[in-house]
Amino acid sequence: MSVEELVPRGEGQAHRTSYDEATRARLDAEAAQIIARYPQERSALLPLLHLVQSEDGYVSPRGIAFCAATLGITTAEVSAVATFYTQYKRHPNGEYTVGVCTNTLCAIMGGDAIYEHLCDHLGIGHDETTEDGKITLERVECNAACDYAPVMMVNWEFFDNQTPASAAEVVDRLRAGEDVAPTRGADKVVSFKEMSHVLAGFLDGRADEGVGAGEATLRGTVLAHDEGWTAPPFPGEDEPARAPRTKTTPKAAGATTASAKPRTGGEQSSAERPVTSEKDASASEQDTKQASADAKED
Amino acid sequence: MATTLAPVLSDHWDADRSWTLATYEAHGGYRGLRRALTMSPADVVTTVKDSGLRGRGGAGFPTGMKWGFLPAPDGGPRYLVVNADESEPGTCKDIPLMLASPQHLIEGVIITSYAIGCHHAFIYVRGEVVHVYRRLLRAVEEAYAKGYLGTNILGSGYDLELTVHAGAGAYICGEETALLDSLEGLRGQPRLKPPFPAVAGLYARPTVVNNVESIASVPAIVVGGADWFKQMGTERSAGHGLFSLSGHVERPGQYEAPLGITLRELLDMAGGMRGGRQLKFWTPGGSSTPIFTAEHLDVPLDYESVGAAGSMLGTRALQIFDETTSVVRAVTRWIEFYKHESCGKCTPCREGTFWLAQIMQRLERGQGTSADIDLLLDLCDNILGRAFCALGDGATSPVTSAIQYFREEFEAGCHTPADVLFPPERSALFDYTPRRSGAALAGVHA
Repeated sequence: MSVEELVPRGEGQAHRTSYDEATRARLDAEAAQIIARYPQERSALLPLLHLVQSEDGYVSPRGIAFCAATLGITTAEVSAVATFYTQYKRHPNGEYTVGVCTNTLCAIMGGDAIYEHLCDHLGIGHDETTEDGKITLERVECNAACDYAPVMMVNWEFFDNQTPASAAEVVDRLRAGEDVAPTRGADKVVSFKEMSHVLAGFLDGRADEGVGAGEATLRGTVLAHDEGWTAPPFPGEDEPARAPRTKTTPKAAGATTASAKPRTGGEQSSAERPVTSEKDASASEQDTKQASADAKED
Repeated sequence: MATTLAPVLSDHWDADRSWTLATYEAHGGYRGLRRALTMSPADVVTTVKDSGLRGRGGAGFPTGMKWGFLPAPDGGPRYLVVNADESEPGTCKDIPLMLASPQHLIEGVIITSYAIGCHHAFIYVRGEVVHVYRRLLRAVEEAYAKGYLGTNILGSGYDLELTVHAGAGAYICGEETALLDSLEGLRGQPRLKPPFPAVAGLYARPTVVNNVESIASVPAIVVGGADWFKQMGTERSAGHGLFSLSGHVERPGQYEAPLGITLRELLDMAGGMRGGRQLKFWTPGGSSTPIFTAEHLDVPLDYESVGAAGSMLGTRALQIFDETTSVVRAVTRWIEFYKHESCGKCTPCREGTFWLAQIMQRLERGQGTSADIDLLLDLCDNILGRAFCALGDGATSPVTSAIQYFREEFEAGCHTPADVLFPPERSALFDYTPRRSGAALAGVHA
């Protein structure tokens, strides 16, 4: 990236950028879509900076000029914003940003060890990129996945419950050009540029990929279903507040402490549906359920 | 009988393709919106006021009352902005909610917007969760296609646009006025209040800023009514909430329960402490809430009880640490976080967190001085209540509370490194050989 690309703006003169015509036309069209989302165009600056990163892999001087020209503000105003936010990169980023959470909880659960191991393994430190341009390593702050600690993010997809060995394997596979799937996220981690394009507000057809929730997310949900615990029913509704699910886990018989026997599928009932199969009512199945319930008491 | 879980938001998270509109509708979704559109906007506000729903983003301000602060309509726009910038250390409830069931939030946004007379709403989600952003964008697409968003929603004549906006990595943007500045395309720095956002918020127009979980709780309140919601929780802390257990517990995760449940009850559900070890300290609501210890296991986790016990309910982010953990190491890392995330606008926070970090780091290395505890407390005294926003105040919480309960560990920081007192490998979930701090020998000063 050369300095000549930055041409100071004269009075009433738009910034020049060095994007070729086709690229500039494409960026202009996408910028117009972004601006249309907001009542005031200045609000488009954050997504525009993501858009710049989707093109250049970082917030380039020409990208800053592009944002300034698009929004009619100065490059200084754009830079002031770009330098405030940690996701905007001030030098070319690797194809994959690998961020190890080293905030307190993840650090203590092993995040520090993972980060140290990756530093040694890759031979780089915080905010540095491997020579092959593949991996930029970062220490990141809490990423709202503490129940999966220690957590690593790759291009802002979740890699839960990591160890030094699992983290090293992920970066090795990424460097070898393999597709790598996050724990909770798309079917594969996309490149930094592709990810940045999504953050600019453009779907990539991957929203329906991956799980709805991981194991930790579901712990309370599954426990409540197993124990027959529900929120109070809505007024005038006998049925549980939600329709019966098609996939049921075996319910713990006798888990409810209500004195009157609840109607099956009703409030305080541990079962969500009436008996529909022989298996539901068989003695051996009941024994299994009871054993499961007993185990939970221990 | 002990308190049990009350899944409302989390009830269908385990359903097949839980995030889709079809699944959400199959589990009763969008009944709330249909109901709301038959009510007057004022009645919707009243219902939420009467429910006693309080902000689930940390501060616990009554949600309906916040809506009621908007000035009378003047013909100009008014906005709803959902704070989905979940970044408080330990807090991990909104992100899984939006990943598993984004329609819960979208329906809440539509109902709330209708109630407050907003025709363009925004969801500001942190940028570091790309798949959550995908799910939200897709959920909005689906809602438009089904006629829940756009013009003449469900034939009611009501119009609403919804924009999902991705941030770019800044904890401070969780502060509502910093979030608004960020949404306006500026550096995310907090604004002087008053005027409050209700009067002059986004683009200086009347604006409601609410947390994800608060807004997602609205549809069920509209369907079930205020009294249904008040069957859960305590008198002044009504309803259900997501309790996020993390750290040294057997089964960390999300547990949706009535407010007022205790950590002892939640720990039972989560299989107890990891390996049967002893609980040492925990946060009731993220790193900005003063820590608790084992003596607080039976404090009801509602706004009043936690406050009376000397902390704050915050975001119900229960970070749990066992006896292997150095409190000095934990606090140092939190302070480094606040220092990193301080926006720099006000001196007490910018300089104060910088100096707090210096002192904590030397205590962690075992190189503190006998005056350091007093110095820390004096620094906290000069930040708390003098900072521009709650980030600065929050930074003092771990320090002052940790000194209150574990003063002897800070004193030990004058001669022994934290990793000698508490070998880090004992706290980790896997075996490893840590790098030792430079001056590892007890009693040796640099």
